[in-house]
Amino acid sequence: MNFSYPEFLVKVSENCIKCRRCIKECSFGVFSWDGEKIKINHEKCVACHRCAACCPASAITILKYPVSFKENHLWTEEILRDIKKQADTGGKILTGCGNDKPYPVLWDKMLIDACQVTNPSIDPLREPMELRTYLGKKPEKLEFWHDKSGEIKLTTVMEPQIKLETPVIFAGMSYGAVSLNVHLILARAAKELGTIMNTGEGGLPQELLPYKDHIVVQIASGRFGVNLEYLNSCAAIEIKIGQGAKPGIGGHLPGEKVTEEISRTRMIPAGTDAISPAPHHDIYSIEDLRQLIYAIKEATRYRKPVGVKIAAVHNVAAIASGVVRAGADIITIDGFRGGTGASPKVIRDHAGLPIEIALARVDEQLRKEGIRHLASIVASGGIRSSADVLKAIALGADAVAIGTAALIALGCHLCQKCYTGLCAWGITTQKPELTRRLNVEEGALRVTNLVKAWNLEIKEILGALGINSIESLRGNRERLRGIDLDEVYLDVLGIKPAGR
Amino acid sequence: MKIDARGMHYRELNERIHDAVLKGIKEIDIVNVLGQRYIGTGIGEKVTINVYGTPGSDLGAFMDGPVINVFGSCQDVIGNTMNNGKIVVHKDAGNVVGLSMRGGKIFIKGSVGYRTGIHIKAYKDQCPVIVIGGKAGDFLGEYMAGGILVVLGIFGREKDPIVGRFIATGMHGGTIYIRGSINKSHVAHDVSIEEIDENDLSALKNIIQEFCDAFGITDPNSILSHQFLKLRPKSHRPYGQMYAY
Ligand code: SF4
Ligand code: SF4
Repeated sequence: MNFSYPEFLVKVSENCIKCRRCIKECSFGVFSWDGEKIKINHEKCVACHRCAACCPASAITILKYPVSFKENHLWTEEILRDIKKQADTGGKILTGCGNDKPYPVLWDKMLIDACQVTNPSIDPLREPMELRTYLGKKPEKLEFWHDKSGEIKLTTVMEPQIKLETPVIFAGMSYGAVSLNVHLILARAAKELGTIMNTGEGGLPQELLPYKDHIVVQIASGRFGVNLEYLNSCAAIEIKIGQGAKPGIGGHLPGEKVTEEISRTRMIPAGTDAISPAPHHDIYSIEDLRQLIYAIKEATRYRKPVGVKIAAVHNVAAIASGVVRAGADIITIDGFRGGTGASPKVIRDHAGLPIEIALARVDEQLRKEGIRHLASIVASGGIRSSADVLKAIALGADAVAIGTAALIALGCHLCQKCYTGLCAWGITTQKPELTRRLNVEEGALRVTNLVKAWNLEIKEILGALGINSIESLRGNRERLRGIDLDEVYLDVLGIKPAGR
Repeated sequence: MKIDARGMHYRELNERIHDAVLKGIKEIDIVNVLGQRYIGTGIGEKVTINVYGTPGSDLGAFMDGPVINVFGSCQDVIGNTMNNGKIVVHKDAGNVVGLSMRGGKIFIKGSVGYRTGIHIKAYKDQCPVIVIGGKAGDFLGEYMAGGILVVLGIFGREKDPIVGRFIATGMHGGTIYIRGSINKSHVAHDVSIEEIDENDLSALKNIIQEFCDAFGITDPNSILSHQFLKLRPKSHRPYGQMYAY
């Protein structure tokens, strides 16, 4: 007896012209041909909508499978399904993408200010708006001198910086989790936009070398693909301690996904498991973290910023302070809605903090300690729109990183099946017949369009706020108000309630 | 070329080393070393660095080619993520020797701390080799994915076991050779313990010869004629069965 039933019901209407395209498009094997008509195996459908998007006759609909579970707020349908799956297999439940549980989305409880009468707003169509941002350690103060000709020169030695033309960067996603085409798309878009992409922990495909000035390479606990060439082929280096979708745990790319190409960038034999231990085993303390940060700085002769990425966890403010004191030039905080190619669902859905809270606390802590200038803050984990970007900057971020939003621009429908390696949109798969579905040129254009559109909107809001540079908004919580938030939340976010 | 490192900050010392390498100098002696970190870190040239004294952590991190001879003991994480080259330590070394190294060799005459050879990997024609002349602490070869780890147990404190506890936990590739006997209950259950065969012996012969040459030991056969055990993972996929799809 089968205890599990399909999650989705796939219907092919009488409009079907029997072209059988859906059979080819569905990588999960839902459709087959019985000689006369399309046969459907509902059980396999994951609701990725590839078939519906490709059907020339618009004949396909996908519905939630209409078995009615007796309504129960404790034993929800999801819980029931999970228990059955675990009884079937005895395994941890895997999932992809970010936390989808109905925790409060605080972005939607913050309102942005605007100018009226007492201070004039600025029209971004007429006046220049500065979105340029520099990531890296800033000096405490600047010192100048006049040379003989009277010209003013800077005497302060500046630490290395990354120059960004937009406060939006791309989040770390490894080659292995995503396809090479996704990496190429993000690298191209980053170059076009004057921003950066991040290799994630799977090494640097050779094809990305032409974009190296727009690439951040990651060093994670597995140290995959890390050698001197890797450290020198980038704009900055990031030590990945954790990620929002799976704080505190390691990761592992199963051997069947370590193809010839993946093996080359990870520098491990094809077919073997790529295991990232939960901690870096040379880092058990802040002092150890400092040791690795400076090992990297030494290896790159202090020419590149070194960042550290941590997941947003309960004690994030104190940890961030330690990370900054350890010498990180950039600290990336990844909230619990950040995406993943594969994570145990129990961790994804129950561990960590929303980025809104983590960001506000970290910025405040660093300011209190007088060390905010020592590192730039990048916020990530569920940034969905230009409004989220703006609110993040007002809460104290220097820039935000987007992953899921960029993938949605490429066709992702958030079916959360990335870990199967069967992504019908060609994003989180290595199968050539699927990766081919993503055209690099077109994809780069779509992602570039998305960020350009956000840039326009950001300028629009800055104008409404009466400021002409993103720098003036950074940490400017006075321009935010909370709605529908209790005092504790307002206090944690450091903002006033609407109406005050 | 000779550098006197007495009282020198590591940043200045390493600046000098890098400058020398850039100028094409092939052999550098550093004397009076006391705790300076990162010596040889990030160097990609085939140079020889002789260190007299006690260097600090992360000696030879990310390095890709140099030979570093340490006439003294080392601190932690020597050869961190090293790609190629050789580190020879004439006394002892601390914890996490050779973390994630992918190629090259580390020879230590004396004993080492915890987590030696953790997560070392082999790739194509690269095969990292670590030989410990003395004893090794707990978690030897943890997460090991490739390469060769040898513990001889010749030197070091008499009362210490050759290898501590939790040997080869999470090991999924490569080979560990231990000269002498070990407490089997300290070896991870998914790792097999075997006698060595002809192939192992010929591999060991070369490695031991090089080890002996490094330390002026004249009689490699006295080392080789002893019993060796071989540890290998039973599976290359230790965590394959834990997930529900
Ligand atoms: S393509 Fe996606 S939505 Fe369509 S049937 Fe297959 S799994 Fe379901
Ligand atoms: S990347 Fe692909 S598999 Fe993952 S959620 Fe998006 S559409 Fe589904």
